Amino acid sequence: MRWIVAPKNARRAAVSALISILISALVVLVVLIHPSLAIQQSDILGLAADDSSEKIVAIGKLAETEPRLALRILPAMLAGELYRHENSLILIENGQARDAVSGQTTPLDISLLENVMVNNRLRKILASTIDGMRLLAEDRGERLKAAQNLAQSATAADLPFIDQAMARETDPAIRRQLQTAWGKAAIGSPDAATRLKAIAALRDEADPSSRQLLAALMEKDGATWRETDESARQAAREALSHVEGRLALGDNLARIFSGLSLASILLLAALGLAITYGVMGVINMAHGELLMIGAYAAFATQSFFRAYVPAYIDWYPLAALPAAFIAAAVVGMMLERLVIRHLYGRPLETLLATWGLSLILIQLARVIFGPQNVEVANPTWMSGGLTVLPNLLLPWNRLIIIVFALAVLFAMWAVLNLTRLGLFVRAVTQNRAMSACVGVATGKIDMLAFGLGSGVAGLGGVALSQITNVGPDMGQNYIVDSFMVVVLGGVGQLAGAVWAALGLGVATKFLEGWAGAVVAKIAILAIIIIVIQKRPQGLFALKGRATEN
Amino acid sequence: MSLFNLASTSSQNGACGAQIATAAMVVFCCLVAPLLHLAVPEESVFHLSDYCITLFGKILCYAIVAVAMDLVWGYAGILSLGHGIFFALGGYAFGMYLMRQIGTDGVYHSHLPDFMVFLDWKELPWYWFGSDHFLWAVVLALAVPGALAFVFGFFAFRSRIKGVYFSIITQALTFACMLLFFRNETGFGGNNGFTDFKRIVGFSITAPGTRVTLFALSGLALLAALWLARFLTRAKFGRVLQAIRDAESRVMFIGYNPFGFKLLVWTLSAMLCGLAGALYVPQVGIINPGEMSPAASIEIAVWVAVGGRGRLIGAVLGAFIVSLAKSWFTVSFPEYWLFFLGALFVVVTLWLPNGVLGLVNTIKVRHAAPES
Repeated sequence: MRWIVAPKNARRAAVSALISILISALVVLVVLIHPSLAIQQSDILGLAADDSSEKIVAIGKLAETEPRLALRILPAMLAGELYRHENSLILIENGQARDAVSGQTTPLDISLLENVMVNNRLRKILASTIDGMRLLAEDRGERLKAAQNLAQSATAADLPFIDQAMARETDPAIRRQLQTAWGKAAIGSPDAATRLKAIAALRDEADPSSRQLLAALMEKDGATWRETDESARQAAREALSHVEGRLALGDNLARIFSGLSLASILLLAALGLAITYGVMGVINMAHGELLMIGAYAAFATQSFFRAYVPAYIDWYPLAALPAAFIAAAVVGMMLERLVIRHLYGRPLETLLATWGLSLILIQLARVIFGPQNVEVANPTWMSGGLTVLPNLLLPWNRLIIIVFALAVLFAMWAVLNLTRLGLFVRAVTQNRAMSACVGVATGKIDMLAFGLGSGVAGLGGVALSQITNVGPDMGQNYIVDSFMVVVLGGVGQLAGAVWAALGLGVATKFLEGWAGAVVAKIAILAIIIIVIQKRPQGLFALKGRATEN
Repeated sequence: MSLFNLASTSSQNGACGAQIATAAMVVFCCLVAPLLHLAVPEESVFHLSDYCITLFGKILCYAIVAVAMDLVWGYAGILSLGHGIFFALGGYAFGMYLMRQIGTDGVYHSHLPDFMVFLDWKELPWYWFGSDHFLWAVVLALAVPGALAFVFGFFAFRSRIKGVYFSIITQALTFACMLLFFRNETGFGGNNGFTDFKRIVGFSITAPGTRVTLFALSGLALLAALWLARFLTRAKFGRVLQAIRDAESRVMFIGYNPFGFKLLVWTLSAMLCGLAGALYVPQVGIINPGEMSPAASIEIAVWVAVGGRGRLIGAVLGAFIVSLAKSWFTVSFPEYWLFFLGALFVVVTLWLPNGVLGLVNTIKVRHAAPES
């Protein structure tokens, strides 16, 4: 305890003495384990030369002679954090200005120093030099990352690094990436046999840039082929068609996936709508706003977690689900009790009244949360994605939402088919008067069914908050599409909504790929009108007398 | 008994009353309002300002749309949530003519409309053919909405889509068209639509005389629409429409095919909307895809609901009440307008199923009851 109450200057003297001892010990240590410290500032001053070509020479020399130092200086140079002070170079490391060679902090004010300029050409060379050097690093993760980077964009300049790395690399995953990188780097080689090997290496890796490289070989300069060797041309042609096939497969799978993703959203939006329409014959134009309420519930939950339990912020979506379900269900039941039940048997007026309610809800959201979109972040376990093919990335949030939609669908099926409430709901859907006669409290069932449908919309809102903007108007974007699902699928059966959502989702994405978003929308509308010509009650109408009126 | 009396007296006095109202309206639109605007000096309290003339001219156009809507919804029971598309198509058809009338006075001094120069188009697309002729523009303003309504109605009514299904599909139709018109490549000015008009049949579009003429024309068009609708709804045609509205199945059992009746009134209604759009654009000076938004279309329905469905005068009344309320609210309390509009939808559907006219009638009947 005594040193705390010791006189101030004595304390300061002790601390500075301790620091100087520590620093000198460190310096000794560094000198001992790092014999290359003999390098002087003057050796690397070429990095700050005025001429780019001189800089390039200096980069190459540094990388060759002092790989460790290069790995400290070059990334800083690439990031624009290398400065020149008279005849020495200063870089910024962990937010502190340090001498580029010794690594000691300097008291210089960075804002007064001259930044070492890096143009695009230098940037390219720096990036590939750094990747090339990292290929030889000890950490496997670093090597893999460097190899992946090079596999994307290797050029002939990277060839020496790649050759060196391939000679010592044993990890199969890294070797595969290196193989691709080598193929891209070596395809411009003057030696036909090397080119042939490069083509073979590129054949297995179907990414857009290997297609471009292979296609370039097939071009003609005037009358002569760019690829002069006949057998290499043959191989390139074969490899190109192979790569294109793989790419087309990836594109189509990507379309199917985004179609499924759209379908899962449509399904979440339309499930609740199908229930309320099925039970009460009422189209709830405020359904989109129930989605919006769910999304804002997710936002509120996120804010709550941020403020009170930041350690568990990653798990806020799980807490948002019940919150959103309850919030949307309560609002939905209130709408039903206060307005919709008074309009029973007047479906057209209900359309207008619920539209009015949606206007009020939108404006309320604007007043409460402000007119701007609010930010709802993906938790870490939902960000990123799964790379299946080079041109097919499945984002985790969309994958999880597809699974979530299936889970909600199953829960809905279970509620409708396994519970007493579900039995009553189905009874009222089929024949309201008859159900009332045998003692079903239809008014209560209406309210509960409306609450259930609204709650499911709230769940859909949480899902939406993970992939799109959350704002007061967000519900309006989904309302027309989810109506289309109900119109196409028919009411009274979950299967109708499921197949219609799937069909609309996948068809929309494929049409969008061919003809653009707007034409796709119009084409879908036309298709729906044509389908309805044949099946006026939707694809999966309930059969029997219950359907008329 | 009292109700029956009221109905019969109103129909006896109706013809006479309607004629007097028509005459008053003609005098007001063609004589009083122009005189008040042009001849009365600006300081006078009786002077009608530019703003008033434009506002009322606009509302007269809305009233035509409301009458068109009342024909299909009030009489035939077909609720369209996409009538804005016909209104906007009429507006765009006439707007093409107005764009061509700008001539080389645009920002780029090209004979092409500015937005085409901006897109680097070298010549007019084929569907702009004839757009520099006034008469062709008028024909287009009627024919394009009519044709779209005919094709859409043909398929929709043939497969007996009705009720909420029909409403939802009309909403999707206007939504899809809005997206289409938002695109620049569609050739109708994209987001901004048409604006910056200079002249119409050679006259400056901002001149007081032009303004008043357009106002008077809108008033006359509204009267013509009202008379046409009145004639149709009082004829056998109208009786069948109302029967379809009330019990479509029974009408079919009697031996009528509702298809033709519905298709005719639907197409006619769309053409009336096109006419209203053509009159609206030169007065307001702009047409953009916002007119096709589902919200704009559903507002048309609320005009009719507020005034009183199934009564032609109710539709006109509703258009005036809601539009005036809107221009007052959006100036004085912009953030409360949506609350008011939303509440209006709910209140009218819950408590005023027959609109303001229905309310007036109920009060009349209550007052009449003790005396009889």
